[in-house]
Amino acid sequence: MTSYTVGASVAVLAAILADLIVLRTALLRSRTWWTAYGIVVVFQLLTNGWLTGRGIVRYSDEAILGTGRIVFIGDGRIAYAPVEDLAFGFALVLMCCAMWVWTGARTRPPR
Amino acid sequence: MLAFVLIGTLPLHRYYRLSVLRAPMRLLMAVVPVAAVFITWDLLATEAGHWWFDPAQTFAARLWGLPLEEYAFFVVIPLAGILTFEAVVVARARRRIP
Repeated sequence: MTSYTVGASVAVLAAILADLIVLRTALLRSRTWWTAYGIVVVFQLLTNGWLTGRGIVRYSDEAILGTGRIVFIGDGRIAYAPVEDLAFGFALVLMCCAMWVWTGARTRPPR
Repeated sequence: MLAFVLIGTLPLHRYYRLSVLRAPMRLLMAVVPVAAVFITWDLLATEAGHWWFDPAQTFAARLWGLPLEEYAFFVVIPLAGILTFEAVVVARARRRIP
């Protein structure tokens, strides 16, 4: 069963819901978020490629779309890392930025 | 890897005169809940054997089965993400003012 695939998809959905509906930060509708994410994802591919290419983190072939084989690209992997990691990273950074903007809106004195 | 991320993002704070690190409570309020959810997921997935960490390339010290670096990961990556986001906010604002 591709448990990580499911988990990462749920995380992305939860992050989108949090941003658009729960916190109403609507980062997904801003250029700022997509510019920031564009920068983040490049560095994710780099740093995560290091962690996965060297086998510091390894994945069960039962959990991911691809197999446990570590290849640069293909077999469900991009820059050595399972594609699920991209979803994981997107969800993690979006949730943090949405929370950051939300807490800012709440701590700033009302105008 | 975590050091590389910090070296890459902490200078943004000075360069763009961000105030992220001057709001430690707000930072904690943003990061802690998210980190808690992701660490729980990480613990369960590691426990279930969905992924694991090479003992030869991580610290021997483990907390609930995760290497200490993994906990640091969930502090460093959110911080890097927020710093990048705030840097973009400031960079875009600067461009609008001639």
